[in-house]
Amino acid sequence: MRKIDAFPETVFTLGPVDVTDTVITTWLVMAVIIIMSRLLTRRLSLQPSISQEIVESCCEAVEKTVKDVLPIDPWSVVPVLGTLWIFIGFSNLTCLLPGLKTPTSDINTTFAFAVISFSLTHVFGISTQGLKGYLAHYREPTLLLLPFHLIAEITRTVALAVRLFGNMLSGEMIALILIGVVGFLVPIPFTMLHIIIALIQAYIFGVLTLVFIAGGINPETERGK
Amino acid sequence: MDSMTVIVAVSTFSAGLAVAIGGYGPARGLGEALSKALDAIARQPEAAGQITRTLFVGMALIESIVIYAFVISLIILFANPLIGYIAK
Repeated sequence: MRKIDAFPETVFTLGPVDVTDTVITTWLVMAVIIIMSRLLTRRLSLQPSISQEIVESCCEAVEKTVKDVLPIDPWSVVPVLGTLWIFIGFSNLTCLLPGLKTPTSDINTTFAFAVISFSLTHVFGISTQGLKGYLAHYREPTLLLLPFHLIAEITRTVALAVRLFGNMLSGEMIALILIGVVGFLVPIPFTMLHIIIALIQAYIFGVLTLVFIAGGINPETERGK
Repeated sequence: MDSMTVIVAVSTFSAGLAVAIGGYGPARGLGEALSKALDAIARQPEAAGQITRTLFVGMALIESIVIYAFVISLIILFANPLIGYIAK
């Protein structure tokens, strides 16, 4: 039986840590994003060039999305959320490059992202209304619902991770199986569908994080504290 | 039939069944959500942006149920815990 090539494989070990090929792809994606953002923000001017226009419109799109949902100053959230968005988007799109394994089709990567999103919820909740005010929202509407709040905290984090992982892995496996069965031209429409799914999943991950942050923030907090 | 054959046969069958049943319900749900969203956009085209964003989030939440079924069938096929139980 031929081995299915969609799961991560260990390349080398660093002490007790297994370094898999998805980790190496993650490093590559990080390097590409860092170099790209250095190059794009090197010469900023008031008469923007085309590349600066593109970067600015990306930032403004993120800012507008955040501003629609959150009642606080959007620029406290935009840097971290935009980074999450761009990083997940780039990681998802590495499935198009031959020889690279998608980092997000490894469940460890997506759980790392989900833990970041989980922490962001609490950090922004506590920083906007204080520890006491934040903990108070757990006993709304009654104290009876406290266990459900706690269960929801865990299940939505797990669901966030499993959703991204399952979508990316299924796309990759469909492509692999089709290449094994027919091989020529037939996988192309499925790959195009996979591009759309990759972008949408990155968007969904960010939007859900945003919605969770908004759920942790009291709606009475006025804008621009 | 030894016990290994039974496990392999049942796991193959149930992995397919998991995705089949798990795909049926969410597919109907997605269709209903999309048709309702189209209704709403046709009635109020100026709210299209907000409706589309909510639709995407809701669809992702519905779709994740299929993904759970898919992950379970993957576990049955590639990381079956019962095989280790027998082949000890």
